[in-house]
Amino acid sequence: MRLWSFHGGIEVPGHKEISTTRPVEPAPLPKRLILPLSQHLGAPAEPLVAEGEEVLKGQMIASPAGFVSAPLHASSSGKVVAIGEHPVPHPSGLSAPCITIETDGEERWVEREQRDFRQLEPAEIRETVRQAGIVGLGGAGFPAFIKLNPGRTIKTLILNGAECEPYITSDDMLMRERPEQILRGLLIIRRAVQARRCIIAVEDNKPEAERSLRQALGSMKEDADDIEIVTIPARYPAGGEKQLIRVVTGQEVPSGGLPVQVGVVCHNVSTAVAVYRAVELGEPLISRYVTITGGAVAEPRNLEVLIGTPVEELLQLCGTDPGAVQEVIMGGPMMGISLASLGVPLVKTGNCLLAVGRGEIEHPEVMPCIRCGNCAEACPMSLLPQQMYWHARAKDFDRLREYDLFDCIECGCCAYVCPSNIPLVHYYRFAKSEIRARQEQKRKADIARERHELREQRLAREKAERAARHARKRPGPSDESKKAAIQAALERARAGKQGAAQDDV
Amino acid sequence: MLSAALALTFLALVFGLLLGYSSIRFRVEGDPVADQIDAILPQTQCGQCGYPGCRPYAEAIASGEADINQCPPGGEQVIQALADLLGREPKPLDPDRGAEKPPMVAFIDESDCIGCTLCIKACPVDAILGAPKQMHTVIADECTGCELCVEPCPVDVISMVPVEEDISHWKWPLPKVANGDAP
Repeated sequence: MRLWSFHGGIEVPGHKEISTTRPVEPAPLPKRLILPLSQHLGAPAEPLVAEGEEVLKGQMIASPAGFVSAPLHASSSGKVVAIGEHPVPHPSGLSAPCITIETDGEERWVEREQRDFRQLEPAEIRETVRQAGIVGLGGAGFPAFIKLNPGRTIKTLILNGAECEPYITSDDMLMRERPEQILRGLLIIRRAVQARRCIIAVEDNKPEAERSLRQALGSMKEDADDIEIVTIPARYPAGGEKQLIRVVTGQEVPSGGLPVQVGVVCHNVSTAVAVYRAVELGEPLISRYVTITGGAVAEPRNLEVLIGTPVEELLQLCGTDPGAVQEVIMGGPMMGISLASLGVPLVKTGNCLLAVGRGEIEHPEVMPCIRCGNCAEACPMSLLPQQMYWHARAKDFDRLREYDLFDCIECGCCAYVCPSNIPLVHYYRFAKSEIRARQEQKRKADIARERHELREQRLAREKAERAARHARKRPGPSDESKKAAIQAALERARAGKQGAAQDDV
Repeated sequence: MLSAALALTFLALVFGLLLGYSSIRFRVEGDPVADQIDAILPQTQCGQCGYPGCRPYAEAIASGEADINQCPPGGEQVIQALADLLGREPKPLDPDRGAEKPPMVAFIDESDCIGCTLCIKACPVDAILGAPKQMHTVIADECTGCELCVEPCPVDVISMVPVEEDISHWKWPLPKVANGDAP
């Protein structure tokens, strides 16, 4: 099969072999599970349980609020002990609403319905995936059911097993250990999106994963004819959705557009497993593979972790020396977020915990931009990072949008190659959040203007009504009846006078 | 000579009629510049600029009556945007009008509210709910933080509280520029 290449990108040391030596095991049940209501893009879920309530494993404890949202399920059985603010993995280090469950160790499941996906209509599959709280597990956390409902003809379904970011091996281990579940999930997704062709893309630095997938595909009895397993050259960020589509199909997703516009849908291999478990086993998304690695970890490995397990416990399990830790990153070194506290829970999108040892990742001194242009050569989205940097510094946000700032995938290639060590992505994130905040401000100002105008109109109307009421009161009875009354009074007076005169006579 | 004069007169007549017709046919209602200015203003409706609302201030700027640096809630950002729109030099905020503050919303201490409705009458965006002799409360999402309700309250139970920063409104800070990183 012919492969293409994307613009730019970088070669980075993988550091992947250190965490793939041990088989994946389930992490022990933690005493407390902390489940943030917002682990996905879109509106936070709304709690369905109250404090003190007993919950079962897999029970839905928060329902989606709106279309772009995802429900939340109890990762184990126990009692809800708190619903409130708790630190969550977020670059701000702020707290967000969470449901805390004290586990009882009994692991009592809710009723699970096992089904054969061939009996299900595409719409039923989507609804099942939605109800199971599945989000894109590759990192973005976009509710997966939306990508199962493309609304257009899909030519190619790509399963993303590239996992291009250094240190992370959770997808690698998943492909090695559960290839049948991945393929099963692929068939289910294929049925939902009605795709003609399926491709599983794996980077060439994961030969074991590829071998195990091929084996599983070979032993599959039916439906295997349209599925291809493709090895792509390892080059960061080949696992980026748009880059992967380019490499595999040669097509470019238009600026600001979505893959469906070129007839492609892309899902992560972990998402495929979650879809399989939801549809065929009736299990919602309550656990995932997590890589725990880095220089400060004594036994780097992958664990199958319940969503909501505190990060601190996971690091301890793998023998992390707290004194040797420089920082802990959720995600990889290129795109992950640095954790402000270790009490935060592992969330659905948390594919890796990287406990960086002292001196392992350097933060050299920032120097002035020398306009070398390396960043533009490295940018996989063909943007102009240097121009965007200057405009972000000048807060010239209109200009930044002209430079397609919102096409930036924040992969960090530009900052990686920058000889002056300028934290370029940080500038773009600043500009993006500032632009979004201003849009929100504008929206609120428009509402305030409308409310003010409506109020002015109402006041004017009330004033006019009051004036009209006054005007009605003043003339009182009509002129004719007044005249008649005066006439009658005059006549009475005259009659009285005449009567008096007659009496005198 | 005569033909040239006639030709010019004829042309002047034709173009004059054309212009006269188009000035009626393509007449623009309202003041487009004031609309554009109004779109930039923060719509707090606080009156700190000396005009009874954002729209009157926008019209005053458009007619050249008011300066562009009289809007404290808009602050530097609005002055910059107005300067860009009108092709003027930005200038610092007029200190007589007030200072730029972080976003605030009004808060009514409901336990002490006597239900006089004075704040409801003062609110320019109908963001206070209540009825005579009933407790009043602020709809925080609609409050523009104009502070116009604080003054009329006879029992002083309205205070301005800063808008709490939460995750959905959090913004990435501008990276600190190191010593050597000068433009």
